Amino acid sequence: MGKLRWIGLGLLALLPLTGLGNYPLHLVILCLLWGFVYTGWAVMGRLGMVSLGHGAFLGIGAYTVVMGWNHFGLSPWLSTPIALVSTALVAFLVGYPCFRLKIVGHYFALVTLALSEVARMIIVALRDQTGGSLGVTPNTALADSSWSLVALQFSSKVVWFYIALGIWLVGLWIWTRVDRSMARIALEAISQEEDAAASIGISVTRLKLGVTMVSALMTCIGGVLYAQYQLYVNPETVSGIGISLQMVFGAIAGGMYLRLGPTVGAVFTLLLTEVLRLALGHDIHGLDTTVYGLLLILFIIFMPKGILGALIAMREGSRRTKPGPATA
Amino acid sequence: MQIFDIFLLEAVLNGLLFGGVLALLALGLNLIFGVIDVVWICYAELIMIGMYAVYYLHAVYGWPLWLAFPSCVVVVSLLGVALHQFVIRPVLAAEPINQLLVTGGVLFLLQGIATLAFGVEFKSLGVQLPPLQVGELFLSSSRLVAFVVALAGMIGMYLFLTRTYLGTAIRAISQDRTVMPLMGVNPHRIFLFTSALGGALAGLAACILVLQYDIHPAVGLSFGPVVFLVCVLGGLGNMIGGFVAAFIFAQFISVGGYFLHLEWGYVIAFLFFIAVMFWRPRGLFGGGS
Repeated sequence: MGKLRWIGLGLLALLPLTGLGNYPLHLVILCLLWGFVYTGWAVMGRLGMVSLGHGAFLGIGAYTVVMGWNHFGLSPWLSTPIALVSTALVAFLVGYPCFRLKIVGHYFALVTLALSEVARMIIVALRDQTGGSLGVTPNTALADSSWSLVALQFSSKVVWFYIALGIWLVGLWIWTRVDRSMARIALEAISQEEDAAASIGISVTRLKLGVTMVSALMTCIGGVLYAQYQLYVNPETVSGIGISLQMVFGAIAGGMYLRLGPTVGAVFTLLLTEVLRLALGHDIHGLDTTVYGLLLILFIIFMPKGILGALIAMREGSRRTKPGPATA
Repeated sequence: MQIFDIFLLEAVLNGLLFGGVLALLALGLNLIFGVIDVVWICYAELIMIGMYAVYYLHAVYGWPLWLAFPSCVVVVSLLGVALHQFVIRPVLAAEPINQLLVTGGVLFLLQGIATLAFGVEFKSLGVQLPPLQVGELFLSSSRLVAFVVALAGMIGMYLFLTRTYLGTAIRAISQDRTVMPLMGVNPHRIFLFTSALGGALAGLAACILVLQYDIHPAVGLSFGPVVFLVCVLGGLGNMIGGFVAAFIFAQFISVGGYFLHLEWGYVIAFLFFIAVMFWRPRGLFGGGS
C-alpha cells in the first residue's frame, strides 16, 4: 500500500511532462487547490464542528492579497501574513464564544453561515476599493516577463501545477498530523459527548479553538493561492453562502473521515460542474444548479459517508475477513 | 444640527415595520426547529417560490390579489409538506448536521429551478400602494400593510398553539420529542402538519414581501441569513425570543443603513450579534447554559 502511494504520487508529479493540454492541466490545478481547501475544512468538520463560515476565511485570504497589491503595491509574500493574522483573529472572535459557551450543531452552523455572508457583504459594501460584486483583477506584473516572484504571478500553468501539488501535499500532511495527535482523539470524544469529555479533564475550548485555527488558516492560504492563480476574485466565488456550502458538500461527497476524501470530493464536484457546463452549455440558465442541488440531496440521503467512504465500505463488506480499523 | 432628525425617525419607524416582517419569518423557522429539530436552510427560497407564485397568478394569469395571496400560501404550504416527506424524513435518523445540509441542497435546487423556469430577470408585481404622509413623515404603506399582516399572522399562530388541541400537541412535542409517541401522539403526522404550517407562514411572508421586493431567483439571500441570526439571537425554537430579537435586529439594519450603507447595517447587526454571544451564549432569552 505504501509503495503504491509513492508510485501514484510520482506519476502525478510527472503529469505536466506528458504534454497535457492547458485545459486539462487547469482542471488538475483547480482539483489540487480545492482539494487542499476542502481538506482544510474537513480537519475541523470531521470532528463535529460543521462550519459554514469558511467562505469568510477564503475571502480574507483572496481579497487581502489582491487589495494589498493593487492599492499599496504590497507583495503577496508580505500581505499573506497579514491575511493569516486577520483570519486567526476572526476565527478567534467567532470561535471563542461558540466553544466556550457550547454553541454546537445547528447553532454553530447558523452562526458561521452568517459570518460568511457578512464577509461577502463587507466586500460588496467596500465597492469603491474592492470593485463590489463585479470582482477585481490584480494588476498584472506579467507585462514584460512571463513570471514575477514578487507579485506571485506566473503565466505558466506548469509552475502553478507544482505549487498546487506542493500545498496539497502539505494539506494532507497537516491532516495526518491532526489525525494522529492526541487532540484528535480528545476532540472525537468531545464530539460524542462534550460534558463527559470535559469531566475527564479535556480542555474543550482550547482544543476546539486550536483545530479551528488550523482549519481557518489553511482555508485562508487556499484563498490566497486561488486569487493568485485565477488572477480574478469575486465576492460570490470566494465568500458567502454558496462557496461555504460547496466546501461542505465537497468534503462530504468525497468522504470527510478519510484523508483523500475531501480531494475526491473536489475532483467530483469540479468534474460535475465542468461536465454539466459542457453538456448543457450556457444557453439553459439554471440547469446546472438544479442538477447540482439534486445530486447533493441524493448524496446526503443515500451516501452520507461519501464516495470514498462508500467504496471502502463496499470493499470491506466483500472481504469480510477481520474487522479492520474503523474508518469513520 | 437638530437631534430629532426627521429622516432618522423615518429610519426608526421603517425598522419597526421591518421588524414585524422579520419576526414573522423567524416564527416559521422557530416553529419547524422547535418541533422537528431541523433547520430549513432553504426557508428563504421557499418564500422566493411563493413570491413567484403570486407574480405569475396575478400579473401573468390575471387572478385578483385576494385569490392569488391565499393560493400562494397553499402552494408554499404544500411545498413544506413535500420538503419534509421527501427530503427531511429520509435523514431524520441520520446525524443532525446531515438534516441541515440536505436542506442546503434544496436551496440550490430551488434556485436552479427558479432560474430555469422564470429566468434571471428581476420581476415586479407592479402593485404600487401610495405612500402614507403623517405630518412631515413619509411612510411606505406597503410596509405598513406588511407589518399589520405579519402581526395578525403571529397572533393567529399564537392563538392556534395555545387554544387548540392540535396546537397543544405541537407544543408538547417541541418540549419532549421522545415521550410524545408514548402518549399516543403520532409524531410523523404532527411533523407533516408542522411542515405545512411552517410552509404557510413562509407563504404569508412571500405575500407581504412581494409588495416590497423585486423578484429574482437569488432574492432569498437578501433576507435569509438575517432570519437565521434572528433565530439564534432569540434562541433557536424560542418563539418569543425570536420575536423580540427580530425588532432589535431590524433597528440595527434600518438605522445602521441610514447612517452608512445598507450592507453596513447588516455588518453592524452581526457585530452586535457576536457581542451578545460573548455576553449571553444561549441567545438573549435562552437563560443560563
